[in-house]
Amino acid sequence: MEIKKTVIAGTLESSDIQITLSPATGDNLEIELESDVLNQFGNQIKKVITETLQKFQITKVHVKAIDQGALDCVIRARTITAVQRALGQTEPAWEEL
Amino acid sequence: MNAGERLRRTMMFVPGNSPAMLKDAGIYGADSIMFDLEDAVSLSEKDAARTLVYESLQTIDYGEAEKVVRINSIDTPYYLDDVRVMVKAGIEVIRLAKTDTAEMIQQLAKDTAAAEKEFNQPVGSTKLMAAIESARAVVNANKIAAASPRMMGIALSAEDYTTDLKTHRYPDGQELSYGRNVILHAARAAGICAFDTVFTNLDDEAGLIRETKLIHQLGFDGKSVINPRQIPIINQIYEPTQFEIEQAQEVITAINVAHEKSSGVIALKGQMVDRPVVMRAQRVMKLAIASNLVDEEGNYLEK
Repeated sequence: MEIKKTVIAGTLESSDIQITLSPATGDNLEIELESDVLNQFGNQIKKVITETLQKFQITKVHVKAIDQGALDCVIRARTITAVQRALGQTEPAWEEL
Repeated sequence: MNAGERLRRTMMFVPGNSPAMLKDAGIYGADSIMFDLEDAVSLSEKDAARTLVYESLQTIDYGEAEKVVRINSIDTPYYLDDVRVMVKAGIEVIRLAKTDTAEMIQQLAKDTAAAEKEFNQPVGSTKLMAAIESARAVVNANKIAAASPRMMGIALSAEDYTTDLKTHRYPDGQELSYGRNVILHAARAAGICAFDTVFTNLDDEAGLIRETKLIHQLGFDGKSVINPRQIPIINQIYEPTQFEIEQAQEVITAINVAHEKSSGVIALKGQMVDRPVVMRAQRVMKLAIASNLVDEEGNYLEK
């Protein structure tokens, strides 16, 4: 499945992560991450985003993530919210929760 | 669990869409943490807050604190999904905002039971509480408090209530005296907890102390708090005195002596100790332990 519109979830406040989804330029998941802890946790943050997108079977999307020191549970929550907004889902994402 | 068994001196509001506050909510020693999906969350962020609170509850350790969620009121499109997602998350207590009638609690009890079945939670495990926010709710308080065996407590929410009364909050709290007493009696008659409203002026510590002393005197279990700084101030007012602790210990010793002698009658200094005295002594000792005034064995600790 691919993401066809641009949506935002999360804020730039401390401990949050802002996830912006937009249509991909290529054929894959593209993740562009900004974080003060990029060297230490960059791979882990990308992994949580990727796993969450895979649960929704999203294969084609551009992700811009601005991390402010978010825990994994926050990264997961913001990614879920972004995907649901992009897909126009209003029912809670039971399978992914 | 019996609603009376647990100390609930402070119930701290935590905005449901704030990762920083969700992360730290467990470290301040609040007896109950109330995750807020209602007024603290803007309409455009209701979806985000619900998911964020759910994920936080799966991951973050809130220790001994009781986990409560304030859901959106029954006439909003968010209500039912709030109930279902929070029951799936295993929340301990659901607090219904703007509860005006017993029927609203009965509806919530029904929806909660359905969600418990849907998500394989033990049926009956989720407790409920009602926020009393209008004159109509105060008039219906007795029925609301007794509306369901799931009811754990009722709470006064003074901002909406005073607006409904066509007044506002004053420093002496006269405008709340009727509502407070009605809520307290409704709670006690139904055997559940009573919570006082928040004190919103963070710069007025003397005002917080005055108001907490008043509601403590009336008999409230505790107070809602909006800032962790208020927790130690409230706890201190709920601390028993050394004299109260010593009296309570004498009563408890007398109970133990009576048990050893297999005597049904408890006597202290030649007087019979009746049930209310025993219950009060047990509550004093629970408060004393929670306030670190005595150790687990009941020995008084020097400060």
